[in-house]
Amino acid sequence: MAKKVASTGNEAVANAMRIANPDVCGAYPITPATEIMQRFTSFVSNGKAKTEMVLAESEHSAMSACIGAAAAGGRVATATASQGLALMWEMLFIASGLRLPIVMGVANRALAAPLNIHGDHSDGMGARDCGWIHLYSENAQEAFDNMLMAFRIAEHMDIRLPVMVGLDGFITSHSIETMEYLDDETAAKFVGEYKAMKPLLDIKNPVSYGPLILTDMYMEYRKAHDEVMKKVPGVVLEIAAEYEKLTGRKYGLFETYRLEDAEIAVVVMSSAAGTTKDVVDAYRDKGVKVGLLKPRLFRPCPYEQLGAALKHCKAVAVMDRADCFGGSYGPLFQDIASALYTQPTKPVMINKIYGLGGRDYMPDQAEKTIDELIQIAKDGKVKSVKEYIGVRE
Amino acid sequence: MATPLTLKELSKQEEKFTPGHRLCAGCGAPIVAKMVLLATDYPVIAANATGCLEVSTCISDYTAWKIPWMHSAFENAAATISGVETMYRSLKKQGKITDEIKFIAFGGDGGTYDIGFQSLSGAMERGHDMIYICYDNGAYMNTGIQRSSATPFGADTTTCPVGTCNPGKLQKRKDLTKIIASHGVPYVAQCSPSHWGDFMKKVRKCHEIKGPKFLNVIAPCNRGWRTQTDDAIKMAKLAVETCYWPLFEIENGVTKITQRPREKKPLVDFLKPQGRFKHMFAPENEWMLKAAQEAVDEYWARLEKEEACFAPAAAEAPKAE
Repeated sequence: MAKKVASTGNEAVANAMRIANPDVCGAYPITPATEIMQRFTSFVSNGKAKTEMVLAESEHSAMSACIGAAAAGGRVATATASQGLALMWEMLFIASGLRLPIVMGVANRALAAPLNIHGDHSDGMGARDCGWIHLYSENAQEAFDNMLMAFRIAEHMDIRLPVMVGLDGFITSHSIETMEYLDDETAAKFVGEYKAMKPLLDIKNPVSYGPLILTDMYMEYRKAHDEVMKKVPGVVLEIAAEYEKLTGRKYGLFETYRLEDAEIAVVVMSSAAGTTKDVVDAYRDKGVKVGLLKPRLFRPCPYEQLGAALKHCKAVAVMDRADCFGGSYGPLFQDIASALYTQPTKPVMINKIYGLGGRDYMPDQAEKTIDELIQIAKDGKVKSVKEYIGVRE
Repeated sequence: MATPLTLKELSKQEEKFTPGHRLCAGCGAPIVAKMVLLATDYPVIAANATGCLEVSTCISDYTAWKIPWMHSAFENAAATISGVETMYRSLKKQGKITDEIKFIAFGGDGGTYDIGFQSLSGAMERGHDMIYICYDNGAYMNTGIQRSSATPFGADTTTCPVGTCNPGKLQKRKDLTKIIASHGVPYVAQCSPSHWGDFMKKVRKCHEIKGPKFLNVIAPCNRGWRTQTDDAIKMAKLAVETCYWPLFEIENGVTKITQRPREKKPLVDFLKPQGRFKHMFAPENEWMLKAAQEAVDEYWARLEKEEACFAPAAAEAPKAE
């Protein structure tokens, strides 16, 4: 039976890892993800997980060890954040290029400089195009659920790709929330046994991982990766449906909240979606037809489905908890704009950059954004497409 | 039973590192890889750092390796094999694997002394049951002979080129073998493919010792050293005979010189045939030859002293038998 408990996001991720019971974890501490591995190693030290740890001397080596371990042929998981994810960057592409189903919790945090340990999405966005599957979580519950499902997605025989599960640093990683754990037995059964695919440790059938591939075939490998990515949304939904039967909790490629009949909408990812939903409710009470869309599967990006879900709106605000420096719009805005461009009808779009480096996202920021959308829906006039909000002037 | 380390017996062994690879003619690296695998009587899995040996031996869909082999990046062969070895331990503990498998990482000096130094240090400290083999050709040969921290004093490389204001590399080599020994690992040694018996015995020894082992092997590169194509073994031998590359081991902290040259040759015998040291023979650079010789003499004297520290214990050993 599911039990309601108080848990931090990190604790939820650590528990999902304990249930998945990886054969090997490579790890290196970094705020705010440290607690995940602290809790997890405590499970290992007390016989609650069979995992062999590689407590590496850097995130680069932690991911390298995960890559070696996954190629060797067993279940592998890790966790990191921010500078750690940035240091892994080179290896992220190698993990996905070698098609290794590693699962990683990422307590999303700002990137230096200036040094900042608090939550934003700069780290995950920096690893946006590394060939991993990205799932983002609104709260501890979703972090737990996403982590469990991540093992299934990563290890799916049609996919075999690494998955990172984002949860907002400190806001979700360290806040205590009410959530439901699935009982261990049911959860472990759901995750299932790891099936090895061409393991290095099969000494009777030697394989080579990581060959040199030049102009003759490199592009074909890249295309193959893209083809696999296309299969991901279907698998994500299939596994979510199975999970829903066990838990009653429904997951899609993204969540829509009062969006079907909405004239205006806010697209917002992770923890800020919770705050925004409250504000949406308040405006709905006032008769404003506003809705919300919260991306969950960020990579591969389900462009068609996102476009179809938003195309009926008159105005859409995309909230980015990261910026793309270089004068461009925020990363999520770019995706939503791309998703809508191919639709027959397109809302007017604005982009708000909020909450960088852990700056609080308050209801009034959502209110001002919705007020602006109401005005745009009325007169179509956009003052500025991109704007930093909640920032000192 | 292990195959006896005789040419006759070894020649009957199936080669686990096969011809057909695309390393340069006369390269020392494949000789090192071949000898290591010939000395390995166990099932073995190798990780390879990016470098000459890696790019030339596994070009899809071909491989020279008849063993499970993995390359992931340049600086992380040690971390990569540590992951493979850890998975092995995990699955063995769970009873999912019963075979006795050995784990080896290969890296060049750039991937070992420099960019892979941290990863190697970490793996050695963590105590993985593995051998790390550095084939040291004294520069970034794969990218075109750039200076590394293993490049010998005085050498002409493409990033410290000899010119009117610069007489080549002005710094001495990093003493990586001793640095790894300082990690307190059970076994480190220097080897040379010219002394194949000594080399292969050391590989064998490694396989029987639990924990992290490190072998630093000189691997002449005729492109970078500017030597004759067929001189690899001759150059490796001169490196040993001049004491430029002493053959020694440090086993559980005990230093032992494993091959003492019958007659210590002058360093110039090693330097002279190499185009990279040509400028050192110009009259104005005489100081460089002197400095290089002094450094070798100093290192060798120190090594002999280190060995002597343990000599009484070594001398007592036969009596006890």
